[in-house]
This record gives sequence, C-alpha cells and structure tokens, in this order.
Amino acid sequence: MQGFVPTATDGNMATEFHNLQELRHSASLANKIFIQRDYSEGTTCKFQTKFPSELESRIEWTLFEDTVKTLNNYYAEAEKIGGQSYLEGCLACATAYLIFLCMETRYEKVLKKIAKYIQEQNEKIYAPRGLLITDPIERGMRVIEICIYEDRGSSGSSSGSSSVSGSTAR
Amino acid sequence: MHLGVSESMRECEYSQISTRSSTPMETPYKKRTSRKRKWESFPGRSKFYCDGRIMMARQTGVFCLTLVLILVTSGLFFTFDCPFLALQLTTAIPVIGGVLFLFVLGTLLRTSFSDPGVLPRATPDEAADLERQIDVANGSTGYRPPPRTKEVVINGQTVKLKYCFTCKIFRPPRASHCSLCDNCVERFDHHCPWVGNCVGRRNYRFFYMFILSLSFLTIFIFAFVITHIILRSHRNGFLNALKDSPVVVCFFSVWSIVGLSGFHTYLISSNQTTNEDIKGSWSSKRGKDNYNPYSHGNIFTNCCSALCGPLPPSLIDRRGFIQSDTLQLAPPTNGITMYGATQSQQSHMCDQDQCIQSTKFVLQAATTPLLQQQTSEPVILTTSPENGGSLPGRTSLTLAGPCTSLPLGHPASQDSLHEDSVRGLVKLSSV
Repeated sequence: MQGFVPTATDGNMATEFHNLQELRHSASLANKIFIQRDYSEGTTCKFQTKFPSELESRIEWTLFEDTVKTLNNYYAEAEKIGGQSYLEGCLACATAYLIFLCMETRYEKVLKKIAKYIQEQNEKIYAPRGLLITDPIERGMRVIEICIYEDRGSSGSSSGSSSVSGSTAR
Repeated sequence: MHLGVSESMRECEYSQISTRSSTPMETPYKKRTSRKRKWESFPGRSKFYCDGRIMMARQTGVFCLTLVLILVTSGLFFTFDCPFLALQLTTAIPVIGGVLFLFVLGTLLRTSFSDPGVLPRATPDEAADLERQIDVANGSTGYRPPPRTKEVVINGQTVKLKYCFTCKIFRPPRASHCSLCDNCVERFDHHCPWVGNCVGRRNYRFFYMFILSLSFLTIFIFAFVITHIILRSHRNGFLNALKDSPVVVCFFSVWSIVGLSGFHTYLISSNQTTNEDIKGSWSSKRGKDNYNPYSHGNIFTNCCSALCGPLPPSLIDRRGFIQSDTLQLAPPTNGITMYGATQSQQSHMCDQDQCIQSTKFVLQAATTPLLQQQTSEPVILTTSPENGGSLPGRTSLTLAGPCTSLPLGHPASQDSLHEDSVRGLVKLSSV
C-alpha cells in the first residue's frame, strides 16, 4: 500500500534530504506567489520577469530572472513560426494528421525539455531555499506558481500540528 | 462532540482499508476508490466521450444533421451518378470524389472532437491572489465592484484584458468565454453548432480545411450531377433524366458554404477572428490609428501561421487522473474541517523521520512534470480537485505515515468530487 517510490535523481536527492532533515521536521507551506503572463508581445507565451517582493529574502534576483528568461526562451522556441514548423504542419496535413500517432509535435518536445529544466532548477536552486516552482502547463500556462515553504524551527512541529487539532476540538 | 465521534469512526475505517482484505462493509468504498479521470469533474458544460478522448459541446443535434446531410448527399452521388459518369467519362471522377469526401469527413471529425483551446479555470489560490491584487489596485472597499479590466500594450495597440468571473482569470488577448460551453477559449473564433464545438486556437485550421474541402465537394457533386442530367437528357429526354438521377444538392447550400469559405479566407489572411471582425475591433472605422496588432504584415505569413503554425497541446489534460495532491494555503477564516483534524491526529502517530521522508517525496512528486505521467504517483496529502473545490486549505504539510496515507485521501476526495458533481448538476439545472 506504499504509494511512494522515490524517482531516482542521483545525488541531488541526498542533498535535498539532508537540507530538509536539517529543518528537523516537515516544512510548511507558507505562501504561494504567481508570476503572471506578459502579453506585451501578443499572444505568445511569455512570463513577466518582474521580481516579486516576497522572494527578496529568499533568492537572488539574478537566479530568478535567469530561470524565467530561460523558460520564456523555451516557449518562444516552441511557438516559433519558421521553416521547421511549416514543414511539420504541411507533412501533418498531407498524412491527415496520422503522423502524430507515431511522432511528437515540436511543441510537445519542447514542453518535455521545459519540464526537465524546471525539475532540475527545483532540485539545484529552489528546493534548497525552501521554494518550489510548478510547471506552468499544470496551471494552464497562465502563471508560474512558486510555493514558499517556511522553516518553522526545531521545536515548532508539535505546537504547529496541535494548533490545527486544538482549533477543531470544540 | 458529534464531530469527534464521526472522526474516530473515520479513523477506524481508514485503518481497516489499509491493512485487511475486503469486508462487506468496505465494498462500497472499494468501488469508489477507483481513480477518476479529470474529464469527469470538468467544470464546464462540455461533453466527453470515449473516456475523455472526444470533447464536444452540449448540443450535438445539429452536428448529427451535418453528418447525415454530408453522408446522404455523397452516398446518393456515389450510388446514382458515379457509375454512369465513370463509364461515360472517366473513373477519375469517383476517385477524386471519394478522396474529397474522406477529407471532408476527417476534418469535420477532427474539428468536432478536439479541444478548441479551452483555458482551465484558476485554482483557488490563484483566484485568491488575483482578488488580493485587484483590491490593492483599487484601494477602496466600496460596495460596487469596479469593472475588472487590465490594459496591455501589444505592438503599439492598447488592448483591454477582461476578467472572467466564471473562470476567475484575466482572459488572455483574443480569448473569449463561450456561454454555450461555459469555458474560456483561446483565440476564440465562434461557436459552431454545425460542428458541435467551439472553434478556437487548436481546431481553427481543421475547421477552415473542413469548410474549404466541403465547398470543393459540393461544387464537385453539383457540377457532375448537372453533367449527368445533361448527358442523360441527350438520350432519354430531360424529365427521364431527372427521374434517374436525383438532384440532391441544393443550390443555396453550395453558395452559403462557398461564401463562408471566402469569409474565413479573408479572416485568415488578415489574422482576425470572427469575434473580432463582428465587433469591428480592428476596423479603421474606430479610429485612424486602429490596426490589428496580431497581423504579421503580409498575407502569406498570416495564412501560414494560421494553417501551418505549431499546434499547441491541450491545456486541460482530460485523461489525466485526479491527483488529490494540491497543497493549498490556509484560508484566513475559520475554515478548518474535520479532515484537517483527522490528518493532524494521524500525524501524531508517525515518526518525525517519516514525516521528513514523506515531505521529500512530496517535493519530489510535486516536481514530477505532468507529461511524465507514467512515473507520477498519487500523492495523497490533502484533497482538493483541480477545479477548485470549496475545501479549505491545510495549514501544514504534516502527513500520515505511508501505511495510512492511501486511505486518508480517498473518502475526502470522494466528498469533494461529490461536491463538485452536485455543483455541476445545480449549474446544469439552472441553465
């Protein structure tokens, strides 16, 4: 009945575990912030690079901007209208779109790259700082959701959970 | 007190499910623990078939009519006219007719069955965040809610983004909310009853190819039916010819479809949607400086980008399984229910180490992308379905140990799904 099987991600898991274990109890979700879309260039997928104030104490501005800019570049690559996309479109039309039964569209390939990139960023940069980025595709490409976890301190765990149970014991 | 009793009852049920084989009491629960797909709790009014593979509007009667008309007309043509024409003229006629017919059917089905580009509704946290931002921006606590619009400058044109109260998002430019399907659709063109679906970003090219090929097909059939009649009347006389070859295709339907194809060709070449054209959003009548900011400048690029551009994937993930794993923030009010209490009570039972381990797994699983679904596991933590059930958030991530984690989620998730389905039913009945 154990549903949890850790996906193997080499040594990073150990580092993350070590970081979390240092907190001596489970992290608590303190806040979620949302990076909205930037529509100044039309309907192409692009996110705002404005640095949210809630992250000021958590992460350097350059790291954050780097992540968002890389994501924007990936999306621009996926939606690029050029020779390759025309070729793919015409080929698909000629085969009555049956070709997509065996082949992935370029967009899907780029989305997989993005997913991998986000996972890598989470492991290396964001999780050690108590942050977690959610892939925008899971939010309908509307926002980049960043969860902020709070370190409640070594003695905080029992008081934290008892406050939850205490409020219902009426 | 009453709450406490039911809580303890729930606890017993959880442990029974986890450790023992099925007993008569838990059979109803066992059935409900089968995973549900996301389309089953989709908040809009779209209908799904084939386990979420096919998505259509609620009213599909006119679509059936379209299918019948096309099939009957083509059927009659192939049965009555083609044998004569193949013999008299060339066998290429039924072959070309057949290819056109198959192409028409293929594009029609593709337009009708695919997701037009529906935008999923905002999660409760997103909606709350937006509300907060709007309140801050307005700065007033007036009773009359101000109109919620955002202005954005796209390629030099000021475009207003409207807030959708149903989906709780600011609609991207060119998106619109379809009242028939109750969804926001990206690059919304129009809702076509003939096709039984909205026409939006993801299926516009199929729609265009459908009407284009249908106009070719109708002209083709009309022309060759006339040819057939003329050829026969040379032999048997006009009235006899009419008797042998039923003239099925109505003159007016040919012209209406050809007219529609012409209209959409114009729209594609100027990169506009039907919605924008009808409203006159980019017409020069509105102002001298009014121009279409989305147009690429020349007709060729506009056409290519509309027809051969990249096809974005569906954003709503109809066939994914509902994972009750979304970590919700605690609401500012007294929203703590017995689920939270049960959870925290069970958390006392588990080790500190197990909690940490589980948290790590949660973070791991939460970063597991949607596309790699074969590796994702249901992270049973709290229960809140994607479409924003009204369950309050949890303040902490404290988990039950693995032995009780699986059953913890399910009764609660059933209730939340039940809540959603009730809400859905209420919505449908109120239409």
